[in-house]
Order: sequence, then structure tokens, then C-alpha cells
Amino acid sequence: MTSAKLLFVSADGQLRHLARDAFVGLLRPSDLVVANDAATLPASLHGVHVPTGEAIEVRLAGWDGGNWHDPFRFTAIVFGSGDYRTRTEDRPLPPPLAPGDPIRLGSLSATITNVLRHPRLVSLRFNHSHDAIWRGLAGHGRPIQYAHAAAPLVLWDVWTRIAAAPVAFEPPSAGFALSWHMLSKMRARGIRFATITHAAGISSTGDEALDQQLPFDEPYEIPIATARAIAHTRVRGGRVVAIGTTVVRALEHASIGDGNVRAGRGIATEHINAGSRLVVADALLSGIHEPGTSHYDLLRAFADDSTLDLADQAVHSSAYRAHEFGDSIFIERVQPDLPIRVMRAPEASAMIVSC
Amino acid sequence: MSLFTGVRVAITGGTSGLGLALVDELHRHEARVAFVARGRERVERIAAAHPGAYGIVGDVSSKDAIYPMALQILGALGGLDILINNASDLGPVPLAQLGDTECEDFERALATNVVGPFRLTKALLGALAASARNGSGAVVVNVSSDAAVNAYPAWGAYSASKAALGHMTRIWDTELAAEGIRFLSIDPGDMDTPMHTLAVPDANPAELKRPETAARQLLDAIAEALHGQVTPAGLETIAVESEVM
Repeated sequence: MTSAKLLFVSADGQLRHLARDAFVGLLRPSDLVVANDAATLPASLHGVHVPTGEAIEVRLAGWDGGNWHDPFRFTAIVFGSGDYRTRTEDRPLPPPLAPGDPIRLGSLSATITNVLRHPRLVSLRFNHSHDAIWRGLAGHGRPIQYAHAAAPLVLWDVWTRIAAAPVAFEPPSAGFALSWHMLSKMRARGIRFATITHAAGISSTGDEALDQQLPFDEPYEIPIATARAIAHTRVRGGRVVAIGTTVVRALEHASIGDGNVRAGRGIATEHINAGSRLVVADALLSGIHEPGTSHYDLLRAFADDSTLDLADQAVHSSAYRAHEFGDSIFIERVQPDLPIRVMRAPEASAMIVSC
Repeated sequence: MSLFTGVRVAITGGTSGLGLALVDELHRHEARVAFVARGRERVERIAAAHPGAYGIVGDVSSKDAIYPMALQILGALGGLDILINNASDLGPVPLAQLGDTECEDFERALATNVVGPFRLTKALLGALAASARNGSGAVVVNVSSDAAVNAYPAWGAYSASKAALGHMTRIWDTELAAEGIRFLSIDPGDMDTPMHTLAVPDANPAELKRPETAARQLLDAIAEALHGQVTPAGLETIAVESEVM
């Protein structure tokens, strides 16, 4: 972790190469750092499509219905035989899937309830009690693997230091930059820390048509303490520093228009991009993302394209690592004088439920 | 309604002795309980006897068991307010002087009594800190022993492991007090439990503390740490290590 790099992109478009340990030094005493405390599920389950007897891998990818308090129904991506050692791009399709098909995943049995917009994409329901599902996931599930990883990932590889609620399908990886020592240093400087929980979804399926639909709708929950901390930060004149794109999505979705947020649950449905006007997140610590991805699009809400082009050149020329466990970028939002545009879709706002 | 109603508690070694008494007592208080033990049959029986409690079959001395355990605790309870690292291993049975202790027995005591609690606490730290940030408070109890401070012959493996656990507890507490997580090292005293029978087969049970009594005292200490409440009854018989030192 100490060798990780950090590219700092300041609000005036200046770039600086730093060690990631220098992150706390870039913060101001009145700032509030907000991170995603989601823990990562063992979302990869190998098993059998019962009607055909064929081997499949199910990757849980989203909470069907958007409610992680009801761990029975999921959106999932289904692969044919093989495992992570084959690039997802090269994995075969599963056998033809139909609603009502039973599948067996270790000790768990499930039923496909719908085939969605792609032959790999389904919704499914586990046929077990709440407790039995957790037991089955713990016993049989594995974290979603990456072909680039040297060894198979286990849960301790994909939980951040602050991981709390097991609701994410892939790690909220910007949070790997955080350590308890860093939180102590922040506190010593008067920098506050708060969390949200956001069910980070999968970042890539290896299928171009499916990837076009990412990110899927992702439920989140903002504690009352965090909403209050943001309000307090506004009063103090501090900045809200998001750790990861999921935090930006949740905070902006829960915005109540004056830089504050509403506590409670919601589903982040919007795609943040260059046309989005951010009203809560003032800065972002994130991983290194490739142009064209949904994560990179989100950076375009923080800085203009010419600045991001320079940043992209800088990360390539200095060999920043762009994977989930790689290096970081800290980007301050340019303060435009544009009128605030509320970016949330009207139907989505109704999904926010106050605590 | 008690202070523990709805509070989320995880207990290791929850199917016998003090652990089982804690499961009983917390269930009576309508806490949300997850408990861990190695024996599937006992876990299932005790879960069935405590509707709503979540039983986990697992061995805290096994590295590979810790995260599946943590996942189930957090998934089943939706977070965690209190962790009680109660599972313990005596080392050699019958007890033996250090010079007669097999290395494997010593290692097993350390794995169960020190490394296991370290790993499980670390895996659950994020959830405990979240609970503290959100105003519910967070407490970790590491069950200790007077053997952690007294040099009793033939208790070497157990004593050394509990001494290490006690010191680790103090360091956790120092490092994480600002996060709002309290760490307590509690000696429940000599109890009439299966483990005590293994260690001291000829002890007179009538002279030993009932585990139910120790469980209530331990919960009083947790309540005090969580809520700052003074609970006069029984606390004098519990050595909160930071007070002993």
C-alpha cells in the first residue's frame, strides 16, 4: 500500500505526482471525507443448470428490487463452463435459460425468474430462508475473480479496512487507499470522516452489449450521522471529499439542492458524466480509469476534458496501475459559475426513503 | 425492553459454558445474536432453542474460517454492535508444565486465544466503527483469566495466550478509542463450565461461579462501556483488566 501512487488534479487544472500516503496532506482541516463502507459479497457461484445438467457460473450483480435487506432476489450474469482463468470476453454463453429454470449452486438452490435484456443476464430467486442464504454464500461463494490477479482472490483481499455491510458485488476499490492510521491522521488534523453504504455493482462483464448497461441501478443508504456531518461541513465552509465513484453517485442522488443530502435509502439510477452538475461532492479520490468507461465519464463532472486528457497522459507516461488494487487519482471539482441543474431523474427521487 | 433489546451481538464459543450463558441471557433481552462454535450438532440444537439467533459452524483458530464467519455475522445481523471473543483453548489437556507442553498444543492455544480474536476483530472492525459513528456504540470483549496475570504452574500455554490477548486488548483500545470502539478484557472468574472441568477435574462445582452469573456481570460491564451507566451489582467480582493493572 505504501508504494501506491497518487495523481493530484487540482481545481485549477494543475497536476502533481505524489505517493498515495500524501493524500491526507491534500485535505483541509474543515473537510469531510466520505467513504463507502460496503463489504464485498462472495458473488461468484459455480453450479449446474438443472434442466440441461450443464456447468455454469453465476455472478450476482445487483439487488433485484433494489433492497439488500431482502437477500432472496438478485440480478445475475450467467456464464457457461470455465472459470476466471479464461478472460470473461472469451467465456462461453450459458445454456439457453428460461424463467422457471432451477439451478443448483453448492448448497443453494435458485430459480431463474426472468431473462433480461441479454442471454447472460437474468433475475433469480434463492429458495431458502434468509439465514440459509448467508450460510450458503459463505460456504460456496467466492469473490468475483479477475484474470489479471496473480492468485485467486479470497474475501480478505476484497474487503476494505472499513468494510461493514456485505452488499457490494465488487469492491468499492477506492476505499483500499484508507487505513486506520490514515483515519487517525485525519482526525488529528480536524478532518472528519463519515460513511455511506452503496452496493457497488460489477465494473465489467466482458460483453460489450452488457457493459453498455453498466452500472446497474445500485441501492445505497446514507446514515443520519453522515447527512448531519455534511450539513456541518457546509456550515464550516469545508469540502465534501468522496472516496470512490459510488459515493459520488449516492450523494448526488440524495442531494436536496443546497449541498446537503437527505438521509435514508435510495437507488442511484443516473449516469454522471460531463453534462452533470455536481452539488455535493467537491473532490474525489478514485482509482485510475480508462476513457470510455462509466467511471471515467464520472470524472468528467469534476474537470474539463482538456484537464482530464492531460491527466490521462500523465498516468500512462508514469505507468499508474489501473486495476482494482492499483493507484489513485485525487481530483478537485472545478467551481463553475453555471446555475445548478438538478440531475436526478424525477421518478428516482421518489425512491428516497427517509430514515 | 432492556439496554440490549435489538442490539447486534456476536459471540464465539457460544455453545457451552460462559458463551452459552451469554447467548441465553442476550436472547432473553431480545438482542440479535449470532454465535459461533465448532460442533454442527450443538450449533443447530442451540440455534433451534433460541429462535432468531443465528448459529455459525466455524473454528476461530482457522484462518480460512474467519471471513465466512464475519460475512454471516454481518449478513444475518445487518451490522454489529458488540463482539465477544469468548472461545478459548486450554492448550494441553491435562494441563502440563511448559517443559512438557507439546509445541502443537501451545500453537493451538495461541491460534484460538490470540490470533483468532485478532483476525475476527480485524474483519469486523469496519462494522463496529460504523456502529460507533452512527451512535449505537461499539464494544469488543475479550474474555480473559486471572491466569493472564498470575504465573500458575501448568497453565503456561493458556496463561501466555491470555496475557497476549489482554495486552492486545489494551492496544486495540488505545488505537480505536477515538473511533468510538471500546475494548474490554474481562476475567469472569472460576466458573462451573466444561472447560474448567477439563482443567481442574477435581474442583468442587459448588465453589465455582455459575456461568449465568458471570454472563450477567459481563453484560453489566458492556452496558457500562456502551452507555456509561453505573451498574453496581457484581462488577467487583469482574476484573476489567485496565482496572487491575
